[in-house]
Amino acid sequence: MVAENHTTEKNINVTLRVWRQAGPSQPGKFVEYKASNCNPNMSFFEMLDVVNEELTHAGEEPIAFAHDCREGICGTCNLVIDGKPHGPHKGVATCQTYMRSFADGAVITVEPFRAKPFPVIKDLITDRSAFDKIQQAGGFISVRTGAPQDANAIPVAKDAADLAMDAAQCIGCGACVAACKNASAMLFVAAKVSQFSLLPQGQPERDQRVLAMVAKMDELGFGSCTNQYECSAACPKLISHDFIARMNRDYIAATFRQTFKPKSAAVAGGA
Amino acid sequence: MAKLESKIPSGPLADKWSSYKSGALKLVNPANKRKYEVIVVGAGLAGASAAATLAELGYKVKCFVFHDTPRRAHSIAAQGGINAAKNYQNDGDSVHRLYYDTIKGGDYRAREANVHRLAEVSVNIIDQCVAQGVPFAREYGGLLANRSFGGAQVSRTFYARGQTGQQLLLGAYSALMKEAGRGAVSVHPFEEMCDLVVVDGQAKGIITRNLVSGEIQRWSADAVILATGGYGNVFNLSTYARGSNATAIWRAYKRGACFANPCFTQIHPTCIPVSGDYQSKLTLMSESLRNDGRIWVPKNAADCDKNPNDIPEDARDYYLERIYPSFGNLAPRDVSSRAAMRMCDEGRGVGPGKRGVYLDFADAIQRLTEDGVRERYGNLFDIYHEITNENAYKQPMRIYPAVHYTMGGLWVDYNLMSNVPGLFVLGEANFSDHGANRLGASALMQGLADGYFVIPYTIGDYLATQKPGSRPKIDRSEFAQAEENVRGINNRLLGINGRETVASFHKRLGHIMWENCGMARTKASLEKALKLIPELRAEFWQNVKVPGTGATLNQSLENASRVADYMELGELLCRDALTREESCGGHFREEYQYPDGECKRDDDNFGHVAAWEYQGDDKTPVRNVEALNYEFTKMSVRSYK
Repeated sequence: MVAENHTTEKNINVTLRVWRQAGPSQPGKFVEYKASNCNPNMSFFEMLDVVNEELTHAGEEPIAFAHDCREGICGTCNLVIDGKPHGPHKGVATCQTYMRSFADGAVITVEPFRAKPFPVIKDLITDRSAFDKIQQAGGFISVRTGAPQDANAIPVAKDAADLAMDAAQCIGCGACVAACKNASAMLFVAAKVSQFSLLPQGQPERDQRVLAMVAKMDELGFGSCTNQYECSAACPKLISHDFIARMNRDYIAATFRQTFKPKSAAVAGGA
Repeated sequence: MAKLESKIPSGPLADKWSSYKSGALKLVNPANKRKYEVIVVGAGLAGASAAATLAELGYKVKCFVFHDTPRRAHSIAAQGGINAAKNYQNDGDSVHRLYYDTIKGGDYRAREANVHRLAEVSVNIIDQCVAQGVPFAREYGGLLANRSFGGAQVSRTFYARGQTGQQLLLGAYSALMKEAGRGAVSVHPFEEMCDLVVVDGQAKGIITRNLVSGEIQRWSADAVILATGGYGNVFNLSTYARGSNATAIWRAYKRGACFANPCFTQIHPTCIPVSGDYQSKLTLMSESLRNDGRIWVPKNAADCDKNPNDIPEDARDYYLERIYPSFGNLAPRDVSSRAAMRMCDEGRGVGPGKRGVYLDFADAIQRLTEDGVRERYGNLFDIYHEITNENAYKQPMRIYPAVHYTMGGLWVDYNLMSNVPGLFVLGEANFSDHGANRLGASALMQGLADGYFVIPYTIGDYLATQKPGSRPKIDRSEFAQAEENVRGINNRLLGINGRETVASFHKRLGHIMWENCGMARTKASLEKALKLIPELRAEFWQNVKVPGTGATLNQSLENASRVADYMELGELLCRDALTREESCGGHFREEYQYPDGECKRDDDNFGHVAAWEYQGDDKTPVRNVEALNYEFTKMSVRSYK
């Protein structure tokens, strides 16, 4: 998604209000810092790097923030900038936010993603391991290495593959959860469920996957969908909330089949 | 001197791997497999695929990552695709052709047997990934689509839009989560490996620091696998993630594992140029863009400041098409990068600082329409726009080479085991398959080949020699000593309390490396670097400032410990580059070139692998040599003309 930007060539000065929190069980608070003479082509993180250099020189502890690839794909970054997960622009991650998006003299509030299942570890870093747990509950196709048939033996209609790819783009950042007033993880779970349910390879485990992943999501304290679609709006990959509807259909169908589908009485075993 | 036995099986090239697998490799029976514990460090393509597959086989696996979750590894950022010799396009591809392209692309500095095995298993990788639900691009008939990539004249690259690495990694991650869910793998996030534990000459454990709690812990195992990626961040500015680091392999080197061909580093030709001093990383524009984009600079230096759209066709120099007519814009990475550098050195570069060339899609848009180009590369055009605020549908992209990959790495034998028994090294962290230059779309192939299809067979050959249940207890002195070493490094860094930040030292080191050991190297520049780096290192250990303590999350300490390793690795890299008196692939020594600027190899004196062996701090490492015996393919002059 191409963002519309202020086209300014002039360097700018901004004031940051940054959430500082020493540890998980300690209280946090906003602290103000100045970021002066920022080149508009600097990324938001490069601006924070400079602020951190200054803090280090001043003998203070730099602001801890999560980042890695800095190109919008690893999903590590997780800042709420002025109340919006990943900042002012649609369809980008925090690391792809540039200073040209801010006006000279702006006061910018910077917080971590906030959700009960994502506790703060320090400053702007949160623990999002809940997503791994949901994935472990069923976010996979149970295929052993070395067993598969030739790749072209499973034709997949281009439309289905393209739609599955739209869902599969999820970077696992958790902005959908942070944007939702219920801290729902429906978009994250729906993206994974839909990717597999759209593909022939995903059919054998389709029912148990959606049931297990939804149950785990609920167990970990994520809320229910509010149908306001803040999740899609905040998603750096603009994953559509249509996938939530698709997951809901899958879920209902799976629940029925779970109840009424005949099951083999045989138990495992044999020679 | 280390003993470097490559263990390459005898016999015809095409039969080596299959007969080795079925005949020579020892097996571990299923009941014994669960008695062995294997440590996997890293969960990129190689690490995640290895951890998942070994767990499927029945081994007990512990997987360590410094990230908050295994899905973050930088394999995720690979854009363009993955090669496989499927010949689905019916364009004459075969295992042998992929083998040949790869070994030629590597400028004849890789082992024939390793590369052939890679080409063989490439076809299994695609099968595996499709079965996992990786949504590769499809044709309307439902079959898999392909595109072409640099260094090849066939279309054998499978892709998932511009996010192939992400999709393959998430496939491997899903397999890892499947195994973690059933308790076969325990995943340890935020846990950074800081030392290797060697007991009686064999790798039997690691020491980690928990990046959240600061706790330093000992872990014992029957074998240790490192899949921790490359060391390109020694240059500071690169396309690597900021967190990518060499600490695991470097500290293993200091425990006796040989480091092979460190000077083989890859500079990728199509990255977004540097825009300012604050720059923290460089962003790649996928090589796949060269399928449809045309690279040019103005013929006259006087035109460089003009709007590119105002420069008429006959005043443009499409230099890759001119110099390399048969491969054109798809010349291999090292060749394309150096050509861009030469154009800029001639004063014909464009953009700020005149370090850039144009990558132009005007012809492609005419041929395919703007929507057609958007369908193929839309996300890359968006990234370009985000960073530069320029619209590449309307004006050409500006690109310039940047550090992207390291072909060198820890030395491994045909089993992917280092010279320290029990220590295996996979993916970019090892040196094995790409020689002096890696072709595009081959990194993903190698990472997954190593993890899914090589290590599951070869690790058994080692474990079968180890008595089940014989792994050492963590109260042994070797563990205590390694833990002390880690504590010592961290305490020293925290105690200096100097005046210069870690980031500033990293920047200065990167500058020395790029200027003196970057795209072109000379004896003089390398000797200069070998003087500057030890000086900078001494200054680092006297004047670095690391705030905070070791007992909590402390990103300054994490970085300081990684940069401390780069300060040593950078020196070894330059030493290797100085000693290798030839040009090959990504290693270009200006003294050794043909009149047209191409690499001049010296097969008689340097047709070998250089594997450096640590001798102690402040001592010159020993340069061991493994001869490369080309039995089947002739080492010839690499030509893409």
